[in-house]
Amino acid sequence: MTAAAERTKADRTPGDVLAVAREQVLERGIGLDEARVLEILRLPDERMPELLELAHQVRMRWCGPEVEVEGIVSLKTGGCPEDCHFCSQSGQFPSPVRSAWLDIPGLVRAARETAATGASEFCIVAAVRGPDKRLMSQVRDGITAIREDGNDIQIACSLGMLTQAQVDELVAMGVHRYNHNLETARSHFPSVVTTHTWEERWETLRMVHDAGMEVCCGGIIGMGETVEQRAEFAAQLAELEPHEVPMNFLIPQPGTPYEDYELVEGPDALRTVAAFRLAMPRTMLRFAGGRELTLGDLGAEKGMLGGINAIIVGNYLTNLGRPAQQDLDMLTELNMPIKALSDTL
Amino acid sequence: MYCVHCGRPPEEGDHTRCRGARGAIDPPRFCPECARRMVVQVTPSGWSARCSRHGDRSSFNAASATD
Repeated sequence: MTAAAERTKADRTPGDVLAVAREQVLERGIGLDEARVLEILRLPDERMPELLELAHQVRMRWCGPEVEVEGIVSLKTGGCPEDCHFCSQSGQFPSPVRSAWLDIPGLVRAARETAATGASEFCIVAAVRGPDKRLMSQVRDGITAIREDGNDIQIACSLGMLTQAQVDELVAMGVHRYNHNLETARSHFPSVVTTHTWEERWETLRMVHDAGMEVCCGGIIGMGETVEQRAEFAAQLAELEPHEVPMNFLIPQPGTPYEDYELVEGPDALRTVAAFRLAMPRTMLRFAGGRELTLGDLGAEKGMLGGINAIIVGNYLTNLGRPAQQDLDMLTELNMPIKALSDTL
Repeated sequence: MYCVHCGRPPEEGDHTRCRGARGAIDPPRFCPECARRMVVQVTPSGWSARCSRHGDRSSFNAASATD
């Protein structure tokens, strides 16, 4: 039975949503549906400790104690033709970010820096609608050079929308996971992006899944979506059944339409993390961009104890993160082992 | 000298955002010497920036790149 079918059969009797989640998600591993996720998102602050504890128990039961650590790098920065309103790399907005290409030696160094943190995952990202021949060639040469450097870190890519031929090419290069975020709920997407559709993104994800690559698909919280749309987004991601969901919190980027948006409040961010965990008990849930501003150090720890089981360390694509060692120390203090590369091969 | 985050002189305009938490997560975007937009590459453990007139700087010599 698929996870979606299991959710359809799930308990719809009235009752306290945390009691329902404890029985359904923690005991049986069946994620909450959209209506229940909305109930979670509407829980008052005084129930947060109980919620986070349950989300952590769910993560420990269905995912285990290990944390997957990942580093990312931008291979091609800026100048993107798309108009994703949150993105400083769109060429359509007066952002201070200029176009840049990372050369192969730089990519090899970035992979080496990532592996040195103990990370098992390295994601190569490009700000494009979809890859052209030049970009695919750069990715191929880059992966070859990383391997020739003696680095066996797992390689993921995020290169926008793909054709079937490009999916096949990435599989042949040894790319084991592909990131393509749906970004937000389907109902909210047209107000975030107008140059392509949510359905076009879904189609790439379908091809990636069918080709046997791991699907990495998440989004950004805090782009003006309603709490109902956050629940909708969680349900849509759960339907996709991705291997990994990266959770970003909006960093209002200068020059973009969202530059004056408020940061997500810390409690709302944590509530969303826990809600996503209860919607997707077996999925890798990764802290990604924006956590430093939205949650700070203490909030990050609460998130790790509230459903998160993966983390991007070091810097992001155009923003700086906190030093990787700070996150690694946090994991040590929380007694959370880093998923070893040997476990993933 | 110019603010590396917004490109304005330090005594001009509001730099609250540049100097706050936001500034801490933004690499330099403008050359401190001429305020030109720089080509910036962020990597997992640092950043490098190039001004067409004043050359390269990086997180390894960051002291000279702050406002």
